[in-house]
Amino acid sequence: MGIDSYINAILFGVIAGTLARLITLRSDYRQYPTYLHGRIIHLSLGFIAASLGALAIPALLELEFTAVTFLTIAATQFRDVRNMERNTLTELDQYELVSRGSTYIEGIAVSFEGRNYLVMFTAFLTTLAYVTWGWFPSLVVGVLSIVAALSFMSGSTLKDIVEIEESEISFDGAGLYVDNIYIMNIGLEERQEEIAKYGIGFILKPKNLNVIPTISNLGQRQAILHDVSVTLGIFKDSGTPALTPLIKRDLDDGRLGVFILPLIRDVELAKKVIGSVPVLENAIRMPKEAKFIKGGKK
Amino acid sequence: MVVEKSILAVITTQKEQVAGGAPIFICESQKELDFFSANLEAILDGIAHRLSDEVYIIVKH
Repeated sequence: MGIDSYINAILFGVIAGTLARLITLRSDYRQYPTYLHGRIIHLSLGFIAASLGALAIPALLELEFTAVTFLTIAATQFRDVRNMERNTLTELDQYELVSRGSTYIEGIAVSFEGRNYLVMFTAFLTTLAYVTWGWFPSLVVGVLSIVAALSFMSGSTLKDIVEIEESEISFDGAGLYVDNIYIMNIGLEERQEEIAKYGIGFILKPKNLNVIPTISNLGQRQAILHDVSVTLGIFKDSGTPALTPLIKRDLDDGRLGVFILPLIRDVELAKKVIGSVPVLENAIRMPKEAKFIKGGKK
Repeated sequence: MVVEKSILAVITTQKEQVAGGAPIFICESQKELDFFSANLEAILDGIAHRLSDEVYIIVKH
């Protein structure tokens, strides 16, 4: 087969791959990647990934086995994408009123790297289908791969693992409490009044035992605070550390006491926002999966 | 070792209760105590914590 006959196959692969990147690139409430330049960077990288994936099949068919080694260059390239995202976000995090936290940042960086590999696979499979079966099956494989890529994208959210209830915030002397969970010591009456006026408390009850280590992870808690303050606004400025939203834990039963200071004081909305905070990959623990607890296989 | 928190100032109306390294502000009345604490909180970007009704500390977190 001549090179010309591969052109359509490669074209199909590249288009399917780039489309996959376009669909998986979401700038939602987080506004990351930023419009417009951030998106251009990631679309270009997606195009490169798609080209690499699509070129692999013709190279193999032409028995150019050494050409496959450039896939390793691709892997290095995408690891750099992860580093780039991590560095940028860590730098920017210092200037957030409520920071994202490293766990959230690492989660974002990992998904950028992961999605480039998905793009590569999509392009690879689409080109393979074209070369083996023709254009129509290739189209079907392309669509199926994009659907698969999308399903890999959606992780679980907090409402799947905890029950969210509103709770009274109260002061016992200088101590601020959400339900019976101690949050912090607020000395000034003036600050206490502000907090009583603007603060809202929530209790997050873990639905099962597996969930407790996940939600007690400090990175996961910071992610909740960040998402809530980005979506609902925050009653805080630099130089007012007393007005800091915080999450503390009930040591007895692993419940979380969430104390937030939103500008939009809508309890139902706040519940929705907390419920849709992503469960961070790096925070997930599965104590029940331990082999020595389940018994049987070692 | 990194010291994450430190006491930046101590404000009190009972001077016999406090001593030590941090700057100490001695006030005449409860009102003055509140006023000093609020000002120092704003100036030092710390949080005013109440140890007892007579002793406040400003802590940098």
